[in-house]
Amino acid sequence: MCVTCGCSDEDETKITNLETGEVEHHHTHTLADGTVVTHSHSETSQIHAKVHGTTISLEQDILAKNNLIAAQNRGWFKGRNILALNLMSSPGAGKTTLLTRTINDLKHQLSISVIEGDQETANDAQKIKETGCKVVQINTGTGCHLDASMIDRGLQQLNPPLNSVVMIENVGNLVCPALFDLGEQAKVVILSVTEGEDKPIKYPHMFRASEMMILTKVDLLPYVEFDVQKCIQYAQQVNPQIQIFQVSATTGIGLEKWYAWLNNKV
Amino acid sequence: MHELGITQNIVAIVIEHAKGSKVQRVVLEIGQLSAIMPDAIQFCFDICTQSTALEGAILEIREIPGLARCRQCNTEISLDKPFGICKCGGRLDLITGEELKIKEIEIEELCV
Repeated sequence: MCVTCGCSDEDETKITNLETGEVEHHHTHTLADGTVVTHSHSETSQIHAKVHGTTISLEQDILAKNNLIAAQNRGWFKGRNILALNLMSSPGAGKTTLLTRTINDLKHQLSISVIEGDQETANDAQKIKETGCKVVQINTGTGCHLDASMIDRGLQQLNPPLNSVVMIENVGNLVCPALFDLGEQAKVVILSVTEGEDKPIKYPHMFRASEMMILTKVDLLPYVEFDVQKCIQYAQQVNPQIQIFQVSATTGIGLEKWYAWLNNKV
Repeated sequence: MHELGITQNIVAIVIEHAKGSKVQRVVLEIGQLSAIMPDAIQFCFDICTQSTALEGAILEIREIPGLARCRQCNTEISLDKPFGICKCGGRLDLITGEELKIKEIEIEELCV
């Protein structure tokens, strides 16, 4: 076998120019459609590769483009001293309720604006808007998560003020959003007590990627079967560093710890 | 579901590198802990490549098993989920299993 191009040695003529040391190949190929091509050439590797297929080693990270834009977003936030949080959960865990309550309670201390992600409708953005804060809705259509370029475009519209907080409410989904860096400072996963306590080990990627878990709707604990201790144990099993807050956005229980964490981060 | 978007990314990256040539083969490395389903990528690949330079190309997916090292006792442990703890109680650092990479592509250009 020819070491240069991997061609078979059979019916192959090799011409070596002793003056230049150049080796010339001359051989015949039968293409897929039956055409027989005979050619000779000195740039063996290139032309043979064209007939046999050139293997290009890429080693390219498939999410590289997203990660690059995310890094730009991160720089954009940093330059403006903006804290950006990526809030993720399954649909109905209470992200929007927690957000509206947080914005209302912290209105006079923190400037918060919101990028709202949903497949369809601007319902949640409308609810956020009623708090009086700036909000941009991103509808992903069939998309199951926000990506860094959506955030980039969203930020142009949102134009958040310097020294503020941008809350990114991701599409309700416990799988896909965990894989996409948006350029946020921290990912926060929200889990409600109306879901199973084993969610952290069922969807480990999400809980592993998050710096914090907020367990919501704790006012409903007397009415639902949900083992809080087991849930915490599962979350720590997946992510030993995860911080956990237990809150109710309806009654206000536990919110002061979440607010203290936020104020600390800004 | 995210596999569709990821496959679209793969097709775009390959087209960019093939520079107009027809693509015969695409080799991916997907870690078994990466939350990407090879079957779903394979399914989306046929759809996403239609009427592109990748149409008819072979998709080869190399699955990389999960491997971690214990921070405490340095033992290497195979993992089938992206978390766990060593027998000695130490925390684990993932070594492999989270890959999501286009390893290589093979392009064709007929020279006649």
